[in-house]
Amino acid sequence: MPPPLIRVASLGKSYDTAAGPFPALRGVDLSIECGEFVAIMGHSGSGKSTFMNLLGCLDTPSSGDYFLLGRNIAGLGQDELAALRNRAIGFVFQGFNLLQRMTLADNVALPLVYAGVEREQRRQRARQELARVGLADYAASLPSRISGGQQQRVAIARALVNSPQLILADEPTGNLDSHTSEDIMRLFTRLNADGITIVVVTHEADIAAYARRQVRFLDGLIVSDIATPAGAASAC
Amino acid sequence: MLGEAWAAMGSNRLRTALTMLGMVIGVGSVVLMMAIGQGARYAVAQTISTMGSNLYMLISGSTNAGGLRSGGGGGPSLTVADAEAIAELAGVSRVAPLHYGRQQLVHGSSNWNATIVGTTPAYLDARAWTVTSGYPFSDSDVRSATRVALIGQTTADNLFGADDPIGKSIRIQQSPFLVIGVLGRKGQNLDGRDQDDTVVIPLTTAQRKVFGTPFPGSVRTVMVQADSAEAMPAVEQRIIALLRQRHRLREGQDNDFYLRNLTAAADSAAETTRVMSLLLGAIASVSLLVGGIGIMNIMLVSVTERTREIGIRMAIGARQRDILSQFLLEALMISVAGCLIGLLLGIAGALLVNAITNMVIVISGGSVLVAFGVAAGIGVFFGLYPARRAAALDPIEALRHQ
Repeated sequence: MPPPLIRVASLGKSYDTAAGPFPALRGVDLSIECGEFVAIMGHSGSGKSTFMNLLGCLDTPSSGDYFLLGRNIAGLGQDELAALRNRAIGFVFQGFNLLQRMTLADNVALPLVYAGVEREQRRQRARQELARVGLADYAASLPSRISGGQQQRVAIARALVNSPQLILADEPTGNLDSHTSEDIMRLFTRLNADGITIVVVTHEADIAAYARRQVRFLDGLIVSDIATPAGAASAC
Repeated sequence: MLGEAWAAMGSNRLRTALTMLGMVIGVGSVVLMMAIGQGARYAVAQTISTMGSNLYMLISGSTNAGGLRSGGGGGPSLTVADAEAIAELAGVSRVAPLHYGRQQLVHGSSNWNATIVGTTPAYLDARAWTVTSGYPFSDSDVRSATRVALIGQTTADNLFGADDPIGKSIRIQQSPFLVIGVLGRKGQNLDGRDQDDTVVIPLTTAQRKVFGTPFPGSVRTVMVQADSAEAMPAVEQRIIALLRQRHRLREGQDNDFYLRNLTAAADSAAETTRVMSLLLGAIASVSLLVGGIGIMNIMLVSVTERTREIGIRMAIGARQRDILSQFLLEALMISVAGCLIGLLLGIAGALLVNAITNMVIVISGGSVLVAFGVAAGIGVFFGLYPARRAAALDPIEALRHQ
């Protein structure tokens, strides 16, 4: 059996504050298998964002271990972390985070620039991913010309462009209305069916309901980890 | 990468243009100042080379006749025999006694006032003065005091116009002189005097027919040329010692002659222009420095403004060196583009200065290359700090930045 996609063991992270070190995570154990669709839930301050940053290799833990694809992240340097963010992980943010100056196609192709992919191939793959999220006709538009829901779909296309195993979405529907939110979650469901592992951070129960597993954080610890009726993990 | 840097520059055109303007002015002024400075040095070097090299001017002392003091060159202390003795000294290559003054020249119906120089053939050699048409007079002309004349270009133009002066006759102080040669053009000397407005005649003829002298055998001035620049201090000592001995001057008695080092005057003129062009360059460099600081300033603002963008780029896989090179490239592009424009404006300015003031300007490939290299260096130097700051940002903090 292959190692789990993500495995964290007694993961801890504390921040230095004026009042001394503040433990945002206090020993978290969790495994996420390839092909899962997990919702991370919790109130603000529960440690779920800190956990996301660690999962996304944007930050390194203060204690404990984090194995991504069987590799321990703790000992990696900045460049290796950047390479993981580039190839193994796709980020989707609450605020879409598209670069306003660039066309949608250029936005989608940006991770490929850092992966060292040739220009022509970049263009081709960007078009492909835009088509996958249903925005093939908007390749040359600027982000400011399209709606929030469309921008989030472009952001998802960007997350997908380097064919990562894992998509990390931090409150992806936080800035969207309920109808558009459903669209985005259905898109995630479809991508998950294609075999991509998806981890969504949300505090909304109806968004979490799309996932097949719900992990709840409170005060830096996991307080519940339940499978939902949505069904078993797809093969990957 | 290049395209992205270009797009980033285009996103705030006015700001980019103003930042570039700093570099444009800096590089432009450096190029202009260097062109003017080098032009001045070139002009001085040209003038000095027309004077002749390693020269001394020996001037007889003044006289005091009943309280009326003559000034330098008025007395009879120097003689042709002195000059001949100096010629025997080690390190002396040429000696030419001189007797000069201004006189009216007449040819047919036209007349003109020019400097008359009575001397020996060595004078033309010492001053590296060529005869462009006709031929120079010889030592035998000096011995027999023949009435022959070599005339400068300015004198020839004024007296003869378009006619060929060779073989024509001019009158100086009622004596007819045969023009046997025309001298090559020398232009202005360091004082701005036209060296071509001159007539050169044999020394003896000048003394007998033109100036007259109450002291036969005496000369007012002697031009001495040393073998080399290195030999000059020693030659100076020898000339003074020789003349003091010949003039029977006792210990403690003042020299009855003056010895001037013409090369020293020329050197100081060259040194002055060298310092001036250095000064101009230094002042211009300050504006280049200010331009560089302007780039740093704007790049710092740009990093702060684009913190979120940097965070996004890092989240999707940009390494620190990707961010570093992105901002460095932007700084470099601004400075190099500014440099190119500045270069063109500087050259245009130099040509304009030349057209308006007739000042000599020299635009060398070297100075252009230096300006370009310095500008690129400034781009890297002043772009590095903001770029490093961008690259060192914490991705989480950067992503949170509004």
